[in-house]
Amino acid sequence: MFARAETWWTIFKICVEERLVYRGDFALGTLMRFLPIVTQIFLWTAVFASAGTATIQGFTREDVVAYYLLTMLARAFSSMPGLASGLARQIREGEIKKFLIQPIDLISYLLLARTAHKVVYYLIATGPFALVFYLCRDYFHGWPPIEVFLAFVVSLLLSFLLGFYMEATMGMISFWFLEVSSLLFVHMLFIFFFSGHMFPLEFLPDFWKSVIDYTPFPYLAYFPSAVFLGKVQGAVLVKGLVIEAAWTVGFIVLCRFSMQAGYRRYSGYGG
Amino acid sequence: MNAIEIRQLEKSYRVYQKNEGLWASVQSLFHRDYREVAALKPLDLDVAQGEFVAFLGPNGAGKTTTLKLLSGVISPSGGEARVLGHTPWLRENEYRRRFALVMGQKNQLWWDLPAQESFLLHQKIYRIPPDQFARTRDELCDLLEMQHLLGRPVRELSLGERMKMELTAALLHSPEVLFLDEPTIGLDVIAQHNIQKFLKHYQQERKITVLLTSHYMKDVAALCRRVVIIARGQLVYDGSLEGIIDRFSGHKVLSLLFANGRMPGDLSRYGEVLEIVEPKARLRVARSEIARVLSAVLANHTLEDISVEDPPLEEVIAEMFSLSAKEEVVASG
Repeated sequence: MFARAETWWTIFKICVEERLVYRGDFALGTLMRFLPIVTQIFLWTAVFASAGTATIQGFTREDVVAYYLLTMLARAFSSMPGLASGLARQIREGEIKKFLIQPIDLISYLLLARTAHKVVYYLIATGPFALVFYLCRDYFHGWPPIEVFLAFVVSLLLSFLLGFYMEATMGMISFWFLEVSSLLFVHMLFIFFFSGHMFPLEFLPDFWKSVIDYTPFPYLAYFPSAVFLGKVQGAVLVKGLVIEAAWTVGFIVLCRFSMQAGYRRYSGYGG
Repeated sequence: MNAIEIRQLEKSYRVYQKNEGLWASVQSLFHRDYREVAALKPLDLDVAQGEFVAFLGPNGAGKTTTLKLLSGVISPSGGEARVLGHTPWLRENEYRRRFALVMGQKNQLWWDLPAQESFLLHQKIYRIPPDQFARTRDELCDLLEMQHLLGRPVRELSLGERMKMELTAALLHSPEVLFLDEPTIGLDVIAQHNIQKFLKHYQQERKITVLLTSHYMKDVAALCRRVVIIARGQLVYDGSLEGIIDRFSGHKVLSLLFANGRMPGDLSRYGEVLEIVEPKARLRVARSEIARVLSAVLANHTLEDISVEDPPLEEVIAEMFSLSAKEEVVASG
């Protein structure tokens, strides 16, 4: 057990080191994430002005901007750029052999590498995030109660795991189809629209919102933001956390299963 | 005791068969034809502990397929194999800690980081005790003369330097069986020689079992006493390097140096003329004819020097490979 923890810690450290190699690209990528905030503020100001109402589906302009900032934070946890496509490339180009030959588990390795990348990202982005939230503090109605904040933190951590295992499972499809870029594009579109990253899901018709609530997508952005803003409370909040946890466990199982099946297929047909 | 035991091991793939042209491409959207290709036909082979065996064959002969089977990357379509008592494709961690596979065309190190970081990772993955790790790493680095390169990112290393790092990484956990797939591919002569020297020394010191595939006969001649040749997925030869010439070459090369610079006009009556640079000539003569030709040449001409040699190994093997390719065409046609 100790030896395994030591291995994980070493992988984690090396992944952090690797992340810090290309400093310029990394710093630019981190800072560029904040640019869309300005356009979003202008966009929603224009939307509310043309609608001529103070609220849309219970959201004021301030609520929408606050919601947008929170989804940005949630996506910083749940988005996994390059994970599925990287895995697909490794399978296509045969680099995956390393994990068949060496005594190391592919999924644990990818999870550690991603955790390391995220930790480095948070360390660098904490300053800019804090500054942006400070500058936009008037859009928020103060801090939520402690129990809501804790639920928010739990939903964020679950969104990281859900995002990781969902994306890794998509990558595993490459064991069956060598070219998966179109599939990944469709997957990205689904996330884009149904995670609530574009707009609060309350803006959708009730029926569709209730359907989407049972899919994994809202838990990548909408749900943590809605928890923080107090849009979901009490039993609805608990139900949301249960659904999020269930999807996370579901994708953990699916990811492992598809890796094992993929290995069998790879070793049977290709290599 | 055998380190590797292979019994009737075979592997076939289902390959998509596409016809030429746009219409065929449209048709393939609805219906695809597949064909079974035997990458390895039932193979039997034993390799004793501590042997250094070369695995030769033309491209597509099944060499890499065999190495992939023995390292557990792929599962067979039939047959059995035991390496150090383990079935490779079960991929038990206990087995994975006892062998290593180095592929000349694949990089296993972290591209953007110095190799020492990859070594550290290998230490943890293979659970190598710290003192043993430091000792092995330093020993390998000294042997390969690359201490000064350890801190340099892998992407900045030359191909030869990178191969040294790959070998070090593969040997850190002191594997008992080493599979080498074209380890010197693309390297210049000096780098090739250094890798050969290292492999020879290391194998003799540690008595590990090595299976090597290479297209460079110099690798094979420098390292292996035993040569296994497969062609079209089948074993065609298993024996010594010298034995290949005896078995597969029906010719010898006769080198003649004529006295006083006098070259006779018609040499083709003795055999096939390979080269003439006056006053020297090289002839290809059938083995069965060599005694008769020698006495005729000596009787008819004044010579300063004469020698009878085996043809170069590359030539014999190339001849053999092209023969097997022709047989394949005949068999499939």
